[in-house]
Amino acid sequence: MLTLNHFLILSGVLFSIGTIGVFLRRNLITILLSIEIMLNAVNLTFVAAGRYIGTVDGQIITFFVMTVAAAEAAVGLALVISLFRHRETLSPEAFTSLKW
Amino acid sequence: MDANIISFYIFAVIAVLASLGVVGQRNPMHSVMLLIVSFGALAGLYVLLDAPFSAVTQIIIYAGAIMVLFLFVVMLLNAHTEDDIPKTTIGPRALRIGVLLSLLLGVEVAVALSRLGITSFNNDPGMVSAISSVSRIGTQLFTTHSFAFEVTSILILVSMVGAVVIARREH
Repeated sequence: MLTLNHFLILSGVLFSIGTIGVFLRRNLITILLSIEIMLNAVNLTFVAAGRYIGTVDGQIITFFVMTVAAAEAAVGLALVISLFRHRETLSPEAFTSLKW
Repeated sequence: MDANIISFYIFAVIAVLASLGVVGQRNPMHSVMLLIVSFGALAGLYVLLDAPFSAVTQIIIYAGAIMVLFLFVVMLLNAHTEDDIPKTTIGPRALRIGVLLSLLLGVEVAVALSRLGITSFNNDPGMVSAISSVSRIGTQLFTTHSFAFEVTSILILVSMVGAVVIARREH
């Protein structure tokens, strides 16, 4: 019997994998990909919760999250291209000019 | 064991392994490919949740559009491998703290979920057909959520102009 718990646990596991990626990787593109994993984990929670309470609102929020993810990817990748032009590297350690 | 739960475990294992691969790969190209696999598995899970609209948008928008954008940038920058970690800026201690924080988050989520009882889905056929109907999603989207929908169009416009301005080569 498929329950809401199955989906919530899977979503928690995926979200944790995404945070590990953000903390561990030293590559701006992989960090953006890890953020996408986290967004997808949250989408899965929304759809599962919407299925549980019996409304389509979960799917509608998923639709909006996808739109925001597309906008975030476009601006984020433009920033990555612009940073790569300045420093010739993708490592976040190279972009510490604003660090106190 | 019914067919639904077997499909759930197959898709869940694919999604988790592909996501681990995304985080573990050093070549960004392989990471993007594995993330597309993970999104395919998530689309399968949406079908199990009677959300065919979300499954299709997941494939078309995420795997089709966003991941192609990532692939373009990976190929444009021609950065096949990650730079080695400079010893001066980040030590193994900082990495260990990062992994520890992530695992802590996982434990927190597990504790929060264990407080929730077993909650099975309502399989009333009328409700299932209502939530899987695309026309119902469209009606809700353009009536109840019409303001959010219009704001989204402004967001897309702003991000489009922003991406062009930020990535423009300075003369």
